[in-house]
Amino acid sequence: MSFFKLFSRRTSAPVARERLQILLAHERVSTGQSDLVAVLREEILAVIAKHIHVDSDKVKVTMDRGDAVSTLEVDIEIPSNVAPATAAKANVANTSAKVGASAKAASAAPLTRSASA
Amino acid sequence: MTKVLVVTSGKGGVGKTTSTAALGAALAQTGQNVVVVDFDVGLRNLDLVLGAERRVVYDLINVVQGEAKLAQALIRDKRIETLSLLPASQTRDKDALTEEGVDRVISELREKFDWIICDSPAGIERGPTLAMRHADVAVVVTNPEVSSVRDSDRIIGVLDSKTLKAEKGEHVEKHLLLTRYDVTRAERGEMLKVEDVLEILSIPLIGIIPESDEVLRASNLGTPVTISNPTSAPARAYADAARRLRGETVEITIPSDKKGLFNKLFGRRAA
Ligand SMILES: Nc1ncnc2c1ncn2[C@@H]1O[C@H](COP(=O)(O)OP(=O)(O)OP(=O)(O)O)[C@@H](O)[C@H]1O
Ligand SMILES: [Mg+2]
Repeated sequence: MSFFKLFSRRTSAPVARERLQILLAHERVSTGQSDLVAVLREEILAVIAKHIHVDSDKVKVTMDRGDAVSTLEVDIEIPSNVAPATAAKANVANTSAKVGASAKAASAAPLTRSASA
Repeated sequence: MTKVLVVTSGKGGVGKTTSTAALGAALAQTGQNVVVVDFDVGLRNLDLVLGAERRVVYDLINVVQGEAKLAQALIRDKRIETLSLLPASQTRDKDALTEEGVDRVISELREKFDWIICDSPAGIERGPTLAMRHADVAVVVTNPEVSSVRDSDRIIGVLDSKTLKAEKGEHVEKHLLLTRYDVTRAERGEMLKVEDVLEILSIPLIGIIPESDEVLRASNLGTPVTISNPTSAPARAYADAARRLRGETVEITIPSDKKGLFNKLFGRRAA
């Protein structure tokens, strides 16, 4: 067994602690209402749906809830034939426009439940 | 042909979620397309054990209720590309899970995966029966301890009566997975032995997972033990169990990490 392995063996608990802190910071908020990233997700999708009909299969949402910064990526494929008439020049029937919306949100939740720190 | 496998036990805390993650990873590591589905609505943990907790966008309930497409809810593992997770909901009521909804999700998953592994919640009521409903194969997770063995016996009865297979007069293939097994304590007579448990439950053995600190370390890191330390005793035990699930004949042993004198002298006898 390598020295590194012996060492890393002892360091798994701090990793667990950090993962839990990030997770719980988001979960504690979301039991009251929804956490910020989830709210943004719903509202962004609602706004888009108001203007264009997009096939929900063509919507890809990924999140990464972080400690200081969380990221939300909404990737929507919009068929070119729904684009406004003025914008459509040539009749390239099968091409599709890709609209990516990316949001970064500073984590809204405190890392500890009480002000014990 | 897709196989639907339920990891169940009756009793709580015996190692269902740990085993779902490890068997799922082990099967996926052999190239099989695997999805692990968390049926523990309200108390999801499979995401955490797999290290995907920060990436959950939608969950099983969203899909069941038609609020999200299956493809949007599936999370692909970053280490093994043939492994995917369908997380449970953490906030929704478990009554949101309906039979029809589960039927629909499972039949959609069947089109995409070779293995659908369902992590059952503890108990014998609605949650566990929904988790086992579509099972072709069941892994009954049991600890060598009286209450766990008794509850496994109960859940075997439920598998024989409340699954779709049972309703059709067919049988769910049942396998015993003995977890948290401590050779030394079993030898000292402090813990039930493998033979004892097998004799009482009389279903075939798919593997013996030793009690090991590597399991705790793996869950701390959010990495199934077959990835975090593939040569460790529990990882080898899970990998062997996965091969048996695929139909291979692999001799059953009790892998061990301990190299102490005591284990050498006494541990051998149990193997
Ligand atoms: N072979 C093992 N060696 C040591 N610890 C283990 C082993 N298997 C499981 N554990 C530990 O036992 C605890 C319970 O495991 P797990 O969450 O997998 O059980 P569960 O059956 O899914 O529980 P629940 O019924 O609450 O869903 C965890 O802390 C896990 O790390
Ligand atoms: Mg569990």
